Parts: sequence; C-alpha cells; structure tokens
Amino acid sequence: MRTVLPTDGTVVLRSDRLGISTRVHTRSVAVSIAVATVAAGVFAWSITVGDFPIPLVDVLSYLVGRGTEDADFIIGTLRLPRGLTALLVGAAFGLSGAIFQRIAHNPLASPDIIGINAGAAAAAVFVIVVIGGTSLQVTSGALVGATVTALAIYLLAYRKGVTGYRLVLVGIGITAMLGSVTSYLLTRAEIFDAQRAVVWLTGSLNARSWDHVRPIGVALLVLVPCAVGLARHLRLLEMGDDAARGLGTRVEVARGSLLLTGVALAAVATASAGPIAFVALVAPQIARRLTGGRTLALVPAALCGSLLLVGSDLLARRLFAPTELPVGVFTAILGAPYLLYLLARANKIGSGG
Amino acid sequence: MALTTEPTIEESAGLPSASRRRAVPSRRRGLLSSGWTKGAGLVGAAGVLVLLVFASVAYGSKSIPLGVVLEALLDHDPTDNDHLIVRSLRIPRTLIGVGVGVALGLAGAVMQGVTRNPLADPGIFGVEAGAALAVVVGIYVFGIGTLTGYVWFAFFGAGVASVVVYGLGSVGRGGATPVKLALAGAAMAALLSSVTSAILIVDVTSLDQFRFWAVGSLAGRDAAIAGQVAPFIVVGVLLALASGRGLNALALGDDVAVSLGERVQRTRLLSALAVIVCSGAAVAAAGPIGFIGLTVPHVARAICGPDYRWIMPWSLVLAPSLLLAADVVGRIVARPGELQVGIVTAFIGAPFFVFLVRRRKLAEL
Repeated sequence: MRTVLPTDGTVVLRSDRLGISTRVHTRSVAVSIAVATVAAGVFAWSITVGDFPIPLVDVLSYLVGRGTEDADFIIGTLRLPRGLTALLVGAAFGLSGAIFQRIAHNPLASPDIIGINAGAAAAAVFVIVVIGGTSLQVTSGALVGATVTALAIYLLAYRKGVTGYRLVLVGIGITAMLGSVTSYLLTRAEIFDAQRAVVWLTGSLNARSWDHVRPIGVALLVLVPCAVGLARHLRLLEMGDDAARGLGTRVEVARGSLLLTGVALAAVATASAGPIAFVALVAPQIARRLTGGRTLALVPAALCGSLLLVGSDLLARRLFAPTELPVGVFTAILGAPYLLYLLARANKIGSGG
Repeated sequence: MALTTEPTIEESAGLPSASRRRAVPSRRRGLLSSGWTKGAGLVGAAGVLVLLVFASVAYGSKSIPLGVVLEALLDHDPTDNDHLIVRSLRIPRTLIGVGVGVALGLAGAVMQGVTRNPLADPGIFGVEAGAALAVVVGIYVFGIGTLTGYVWFAFFGAGVASVVVYGLGSVGRGGATPVKLALAGAAMAALLSSVTSAILIVDVTSLDQFRFWAVGSLAGRDAAIAGQVAPFIVVGVLLALASGRGLNALALGDDVAVSLGERVQRTRLLSALAVIVCSGAAVAAAGPIGFIGLTVPHVARAICGPDYRWIMPWSLVLAPSLLLAADVVGRIVARPGELQVGIVTAFIGAPFFVFLVRRRKLAEL
C-alpha cells in the first residue's frame, strides 16, 4: 500500500499487490470524522438527560451489562431506541436528500418536495382519520403510501427514460394532489384526530422502541453501501447524459438504481418518524458547504442529518420539559439559521450553484 | 442558411423562417410556435375566462339564471333574494377569484424567472409560511376569528417574511443570486412553519380555526375583503408585467444579461417586489393556494415557449381560469356544502399538469 499526494486536496490510496486504488478527499474525511464525533457526543448526552438523569458512568455500566434495574428500563427501553432511531432516520433523510439533489441538479429537490413524503403523509393521515388506526398501522400505511407514490411518480415520468427535470415536475403535480387530500381529511376530521395527525405530520420520535430501530437499521445496512457504490455513477451523471453515456455509463440503469435507493431511504425514514421537514434539504447543503463542494459528500450529508436530528430531538424533549414537542418543530429551528449563516458567508458554491 | 438581414416572406407573415427554426433547439419551443397562433390562442383562452366568470356568478348551491344575473346588475331590486345573492356574495367572490388567480399566476411566472428554478413558487419567498404564522398568532394571541381580521395579519406576515428572505439572500458576495434566494427562502419557510406547527400542537382551539384557513378557499369572501386587497393586486400586477422583458435577459444567465446591458440586480429587485405584493395579496384574500402559482407558468411555458413576454399574459389568463373553474366545481359537487378551492384546484390541475409534462418535449427554464 502506498499513498500519492496530488495537489487538489485528495489522497490516492493504491495497492499494487491487490491492484486496486481509490481516491480520498482529505477534507471530506476530516469533516466526516468531526461531524460523527459531535453526533456521538450529543447522542451520549441525550441518553443521560431526561426527567430521570442518569450519569454517563451508569450508561457505560448498562452497556457492559451491569446496570441497575431502573437504568436498564430507562436506557434499554426508552432512551436508547429513541436515540438510535433519531441517528438512523437522520442519516437516511440526509443521504436521500443528497442523492435527489444531485440527480435533479436542484438544491430544492428533496424527497419532501418531490412527492414521496406527501404520499406517506396522505396515507398516514387517512389511517389516523378514517380508520382510527394504531401507531403500527400508521407506520405501515406510511410505508405503503410512500412506495406507491414513488412508483407512480417514476412511471408517470417515464418516457423513453426519466430525466431529472421531468421527474421533479411530475413530483410537484403529485405532491399537490396528495397535499390537498391531506388538507381535506384534516378539515373533515374530529378535532382530536386532526391533532394526532398534525403531530404525525410534523414528525415525532416519541415512544420509539426497538421495533422501530430494527427495520430502519436493516434498511440502512443494505442501502448505505448501495448509495456509496453508486456514487461513481452519480458523478458521471452530473456531467450530463451524453457525456455519461460516452464514458461508458448505462445511464438509465444507473439513474434508476440511484432513484430507487433514494426513494427507499426516504420511505423507511418517513415511516419510522413521520415526514420530518427540512432534514433532507438542509443536511446535504450543509455537508456540501463544509466539505468545500468538490466531492459528492454523501457520507458527510448522512452524518449531518444524524447530528441535526439527534440535536433536535434533545431540544424537543428538554426545552419545554416536561412538555414534549415533536422533533419536526426543531429540525428547522436548528438547521435553518445555520444554513442561512453559511449562505451569508457565500463562498464559491454559494453563488454558483 | 440565409445571410441576408431582410425578413423572409415567412417571417413577415409571422412564421419563423427556416434559419430561425434551426437556430432554436426544438426542446425550447412550445406547443404554439408562431406569434399568430400564440396571440389567437390567448384571445381564445381569455374568452374561456369570461365564460367562467359568468358561470361563477350563476352557479352555486342555488343556481341563478343568467337573465336574473343581468337584471341584478342593471336593474337592482334590493328585496329580491336572488339579486342580493348575486350582488353581495357571488360578484365579490368572483372578483376575488379573478384577482387572486391573476396575482398568483404572475407571481409564479416571475418567481420562476428570477430564481431560474422550476420548483420555485411564491411560497419559496416564505410568503405563505409568513402569512400562516401571522394568522396563527392572530388566532392564538389576539383571538381573531373573522376573515376580514385575518387579511391584515396574513399581509403583514407575508410582507415581513419575504423582505427578510430577500435581505438574507442578498447578504454576502455576489448579491442576490438565484441559488441563494431559493435556499434562503426554503430555510425561512421551514423555520416559520415550524413555529406555526408548534403553536398548533400546543393549542387545539387555534388548530380548529386554522385548518379551515389553511386549505385555501374563496368561501365567505365579501366586498370588504375585495376592497382590502384590490389596490395591492393592481400594483403587483403592474410591477410583474413590467419585469417580463428583464426576465428574458436573466434567463440567459447573469453574465450574458449584464453584457447585454441589463441591470441584473435592479431587475431582480423589481421582480421580487412584484412577487411579494402579488402573492401577499393573494394569500391574504384566499389563504395558501400554492399549486396555481407553481404550475400555471409551467403550462404557459409548455404552450408558448420560454419567452416571458408570452408566458406572462398566458399565465395571467390561465391562472384565474383554473381558479374559477375549481371554485365553481367545488360549489357544485358538494351541494349544499362546498369543497374548498385549494383542494379542487389541485385535483383538477394536477392530472392535467402531469399529462402535459409527459406529453410535451419540455421547454426548460
């Protein structure tokens, strides 16, 4: 193994014996490590604080299996699954947003805007208002809604292939229809059903158990490697379809699998925690500006999403304690000012695109 | 290719010459390609709008024959119930529908031109989120419960939010660029709606009132509201129409626009002002009906190509048509109650929009 240092801020790791080489953007790695460290810190902190504070030492002794009975219950049943759900959902939203924004060449194209969340939301509100379903039924409804909507958008946008532009426009139309279904159901609902629906629509991590952690954990184990593996194609697709084709990419297959990955990520995340606004939009933008914009920044985007959601959940739980607000209220309150600050500093990408 | 500067016979007849046809890539042209057909089509569309205006006055939970409508206008009898319905309910409502439609259509077209982003609707300036937050604060803090009361709150919220967005988008190097404006607006809208939903979650009574405002509706809008918003709509429409030429230059990119002698920042400021006034007035009068501002300009672009001097008048005619049609349908299908126009608009408009997007080779922004 040897390393070569080109002048553009990347390191090439090359193994002559194995015949493989890869190029690593040093600043991305540094940013990833920094964001991951902060996220881990906030995560650990969020497990220790609450109505029943638990010192970090007790958390560690729980982890090695020597905790007290109280700590076992509070950490193992309440706080750990909730914190993990936050980390995983945030990562899924961040990654999904990064993929969509790159495919559509549009910083506003996040799954909330192009229809997938709207499908999940309409289905979930239907389950709450019309069927009066349990929490698990709402979750399954959301998953079905998101999948069907994504499929419908893809098929409607398909015309000898799918372009990012057409996909975005079809998404707008479908979002509007589904959004009006949601508003209609809200006006017809009993007020307390309506309130439950609004909480779900804002996105909440309240009362997440291991039953929520497992599905999204498994999904991420499959989808994150897919996304990272497909990143190469994403870079080529950015040069335009003709150039990508000329360089040997099967454009439709590549774009189709990238979209599928992005949709699956958004669908799983929405089903787990509701259509939490803004994470998918802001996480990739923050990641891009932190890394200096030269890379795709998929992993940093996912980590930024995790950090944003864990931090927001901590605020949602503690700021007005003992009253707890849905996490979706705080993702924008935390993320928007930071994005605005980055915009105001206006580096090269800020003005270019 | 002909090198003469003389107009060919085709050109003087309003048809693009062979050379010009080649110069314009096919994906940039709309459904109608010559000036004649665009103009004639526009007149036809305006005719449809007039028919819809009459329909909107005549149909509702109580149908009123056109003869009686005319009578109510020309020879008003204050004791006749039908005349009262026409004068005090249907006509103000129709006028507001037309005004809101025009304002939203133009605001949407200008917005997409300024940000050069197909996803940018007036809501992206934080207009709707600002209005919604102000209305919720009005309900929650000041106990406002009437539509006339909502209007000023909505207007105030829309104005403050959009000015702040434009200010934030202009800070830093390069002034107000499309990407910065779009992102600043999206961030601000998300921030404001978070506060809105926080209030709604804490207070059920506010939610109970707000959810009916939030779908977007023309129901119960009377002459007082029409009077409140009319001046703003007029000013906004004039501003929007004035910015059409500048938007064509902006569409070529800032560098080209500057070299063509366009004062980019001034055009952008003028256009932003038009969007703010138009969409602020619209949201104050009818609540958030985002779909129209977002999609009508795309429809117009698909019909007449990327020239904003055509997109603006087409949007100006198509948007109120869609709004009035949706309003009439909403009144008829759910008699004696009615479906809110915001809901029907999306249901009528979206399938048509998707069909159009699928069918056409798109004129991109």
